[in-house]
Amino acid sequence: MEEKLQAIKTEALEQLKKADSLDRLNEIRVSFLGKKGQLTALLKSMKEVAPEDRPAFGQLVNSTRAQIEEVLEETKKKLERAALDEKLKKEVLDVTLPAKRSLIGHRHPNTIAREEVERIFIGMGYEVVEGPEIEYDLYNFEKLNIPANHPAKDEQDTFYINKDIVLRTQTSPVQARIMEQGKLPIRVIAPGRVFRSDEVDATHSPSFHQIEGLVVDKNITFADLKGTLEQFARELFGENTRTKFRPHHFPFTEPSAEVDVSCFKCGGKGCRFCKGSGWIEILGCGMVHPHVFEMCGIDPKEYTGFAFGVGLERIALLKYEIDDMRLLYENDSRFLKQF
Amino acid sequence: MNTTLSWIKAYVPDLDVTAQEFTDAMTLSGTKVEGYTAADRDLDNIVIGQIEKIEPHPDADKLIICQVNIGDKVIQIVTGAPNVKEGDKVPVVLDGGKVAGGHDGKMTPGGIPIHKGKLRGVESDGMMCSIEELGSSRELYPEAPEYGIYLFPEDAKVGADAIEALGLRDVNFEFEITSNRVDCFSVIGIAREAAATFRKPFHPPVVTETGNQERAEDYVKVTVKDPDLCPRYCARIVKNIKLAPSPKWMQRRLAAAGIRPINNIVDITNYVMEEYGQPMHAYDYDQIAGHEIIVRRAEEGESFVTLDGQERSLDENVLMICDGEKSVGIAGIMGGENSMITDDVKTMLFEAACFDGTNIRLSAKRIGLRTDASGKFEKGLDPNNAKAAIDRACQLVEELGAGEVVGGMVDVYTKVKEPVEIPFEPDKINALLGTSLSEQEILDYLRLVDLEYDADRRVVTAPTFRQDLFRTADLAEEAARFFGYDNIPVTLPSGEATAGKLPFEMRVREMAEDCAEFCGFSQGMMYSFESPKVFDKLLIPEDSSLRRTVKIANPLGEDFSIMRTTPLNGMLTSLAFNYSHRNKDVRLYELGNIYLPKQLPLTELPEERMQFTLGMYGQGDFFDLKGVLEEFLDKLGMTGRRTYDPDSSHPYFHPGRQADLYYENCRLGYLGEVHPLVADAYGIGDRAYVAVLDLPEVTRFATFDRKYTGIARYPAVTRDISMVVPKEVTAGRIEDMILQRGGKILESCTLFDIYEGAQIQEGFKSMAYSLVFRAKDRTLEEADITSAMKKIWNGLESMKIEIRS
Repeated sequence: MEEKLQAIKTEALEQLKKADSLDRLNEIRVSFLGKKGQLTALLKSMKEVAPEDRPAFGQLVNSTRAQIEEVLEETKKKLERAALDEKLKKEVLDVTLPAKRSLIGHRHPNTIAREEVERIFIGMGYEVVEGPEIEYDLYNFEKLNIPANHPAKDEQDTFYINKDIVLRTQTSPVQARIMEQGKLPIRVIAPGRVFRSDEVDATHSPSFHQIEGLVVDKNITFADLKGTLEQFARELFGENTRTKFRPHHFPFTEPSAEVDVSCFKCGGKGCRFCKGSGWIEILGCGMVHPHVFEMCGIDPKEYTGFAFGVGLERIALLKYEIDDMRLLYENDSRFLKQF
Repeated sequence: MNTTLSWIKAYVPDLDVTAQEFTDAMTLSGTKVEGYTAADRDLDNIVIGQIEKIEPHPDADKLIICQVNIGDKVIQIVTGAPNVKEGDKVPVVLDGGKVAGGHDGKMTPGGIPIHKGKLRGVESDGMMCSIEELGSSRELYPEAPEYGIYLFPEDAKVGADAIEALGLRDVNFEFEITSNRVDCFSVIGIAREAAATFRKPFHPPVVTETGNQERAEDYVKVTVKDPDLCPRYCARIVKNIKLAPSPKWMQRRLAAAGIRPINNIVDITNYVMEEYGQPMHAYDYDQIAGHEIIVRRAEEGESFVTLDGQERSLDENVLMICDGEKSVGIAGIMGGENSMITDDVKTMLFEAACFDGTNIRLSAKRIGLRTDASGKFEKGLDPNNAKAAIDRACQLVEELGAGEVVGGMVDVYTKVKEPVEIPFEPDKINALLGTSLSEQEILDYLRLVDLEYDADRRVVTAPTFRQDLFRTADLAEEAARFFGYDNIPVTLPSGEATAGKLPFEMRVREMAEDCAEFCGFSQGMMYSFESPKVFDKLLIPEDSSLRRTVKIANPLGEDFSIMRTTPLNGMLTSLAFNYSHRNKDVRLYELGNIYLPKQLPLTELPEERMQFTLGMYGQGDFFDLKGVLEEFLDKLGMTGRRTYDPDSSHPYFHPGRQADLYYENCRLGYLGEVHPLVADAYGIGDRAYVAVLDLPEVTRFATFDRKYTGIARYPAVTRDISMVVPKEVTAGRIEDMILQRGGKILESCTLFDIYEGAQIQEGFKSMAYSLVFRAKDRTLEEADITSAMKKIWNGLESMKIEIRS
């Protein structure tokens, strides 16, 4: 009987080894372990075994059964895996086919530039404030030390609504409005739309945007102005950016300066962006003029401050290498989706 | 302001710098150099040659063969020029040299290289040049022949550098002078800055006393009737005038400044205007009736012929120079034809005056005549400069032998301009700059530009030509300029820390940007001003309040003349631009103000309201657009009741496809399909959709605060309801009814099917909703649901709706 058992086991393991499909595996299971299978049949012939050997023989049959089942299970797993592999092989995708994308819109380059400038100054403790686009002459000119008949009024080509109300030509009137509120110290930036009577062409637009900055406190110095704008330039244009402060004139600051940054395209060697000079003019600035303080109700003996104004389009055009200002207002989707 | 290096060097002889060094240093000390051009940039290897022999060309009638002595040898040149003869001294460009252009006056950037070659078989070793080929013109070199080779005077040195001899070894600088530095609109002013910048001695012209024993007072009487408009009037007399060309050095300097030499008298006035920044005028003394000058305002409607022959119409705001009988000049702008210097002038009256800058600027604008002189006067000149200039001019008259200067000057100077004194406060200067300069250092910088210091009184005196110095801050700038802005330390503001922040309404705008972009809309930028015609284009009725606009008094044109009261035109114009460029499926949004006047005419500022405008054509419909608004309101925490009122009747929208959006009974905005007539007017050949939200109104309800409400723990029960509805009953009304009748346990109600057509009776539509019931605190029982559904059914049936299941 034992030899028979051994033979069944050998035969079963042999067949399992050769099994090449799950169907075949099932046949093997039925033929050995099934109700009419060889091992079941062997158990049924237990009566032929001597009664004292029956428990041992039974154990032997059960362990053989367990061994066969174990191998059967292993084989099954292997075959299932092979079948899965086969199935996956047929499901190959051409991953280079085009992606399915949700339609997502794009922000205007001007806004991207503005938000970047805002982020830098908010990080330096500045509050963002706004003022009206249609403004009193008083704030746009008078309180900024530009009295009636000052040639600067002509130079700026102002759009007038009437003799007292203008389309603001600069964001600087926000300075006067903030100072008048009298909450000191002041650290603000004021982004916004401004207007000048320029015909539309590749480099001019009758409406454009500026960001004004104003700091008023005790002991504010020109050195602080330099430090602040140098840090701003490095954050906006890169760590290696250098700045150059040139004396200039604005009616509402004294001393005043224009600021150039080393060309961020060529690093200062000279290229077509900086017209070969290595420098690009980006903003005007200066120490708040004492007379402006007086007109806005701040005592210039106690407080000093600095102000600056950046042209947003200038930064956007330079940063994104846009060569025609008209593109900014045409809103051509082929243009906008590049940002 | 343009000036040559050689002219500057006339007053700063030690100046020894390259054009680039000059540009960089002057720019950093505050006199910005915009650019420079070397007059000889396209000229090379040109010498003075003398023609020794001329022979005809054997094979060409129009050519001649010249033997030209160029100093060290004689070369052969073939030319077609008609004006040369043996003995003439001419500019000769040698083999390998360069000229600037053709003799037609057309310049070639980079120059034209000249090589030896053969002309009709005869060797030519170089070329003789016309003034045009040398890069200039007869305007500036009036002695040059009209057609042909430039001829040097007999004393020119053969073999010498012809470029140098023509005064073309020079650099012309273009300066950007700021409006506060009136003194720098003169060569002397620039030279003073150059001397200070390079720390070189400054030698302004030394003006000596001029004139004979006679007295100008005996020749002319001057009365100024309007001293406010004419603070100073200086007059001198020159007799026995000998008109002649001015000397070459003067012609060259004027030519380089772009001024055409005419004759010695005119050239002297122009020369002094450049040199001192003081315009002057010369009148024919014999045409001055009564030998009397009266400065007064013009008569209203007076007409006057200026020396350019134009008749000008004047008003009483224009200041005139008059004689005993008539007007002889428009003050500070242009002299009259009736008193101008002619070729047979014998005696003249020189005028150097100071006029009110603003008046001159406004007059020049009104008359429409802006001249070199008015351009200078309108900046507001220093009256003390007038005397200096007129004396300088008389000195030049004597030097040039242009006439006999009469002694003395008639000077009407009512309010003498005194120098400004400024307390010297070095501590304040350092405190403003953030520097620690010594007192001595600061004074050294101030003295560089002729500021004087009185140590006893501790005051700094600014010369009257410096009209920009009044306060310590102004002195700080002077010190900083010469200390060098780049030497000022770099620090950050100290003091109380402040918190950076973005105001709430700007956070709402950023959310609008994010939502729009996630929904596929790209940001556009539109103009704030537009044409009044847009209202007709948008079918907006005549009496609409939208037509009450803020108008620009001086617009760029009618198309940009009103401040917009609606963002629709901007959006539709941009959509149309895209449509006409065949861009498919375009979605745009804009954040921009509209301007609503509180009253007209405007006496206070209009209301500026930020509008969030969305527009699209191509893929998507009304409900896609509505979805963006819903997403946006969700993101702003506006989860309250939103209603869409279809009775909005906006004329620019499809009458049956539009709505006003209300939130908590507040109108936030509107949306709709663009009316086909409007789309057509803009040239959009597709269905287009526009939505507008008024952000100030939206911001009232917006919040970024969120509270977690707990995830439901008890199961939900779903019931579907299917019905046949009269067509005019809107989904909004059905939902209102379901929500109202469903009670607290109704969690949501969602439309999942809507159908019109076959099997549904005409005038009706089939609709199906899925209702979800749930209680927060228990599992719902069948009875709860049945009772709620019954109420809903009853409610719907009262709306003439037939419930199917």
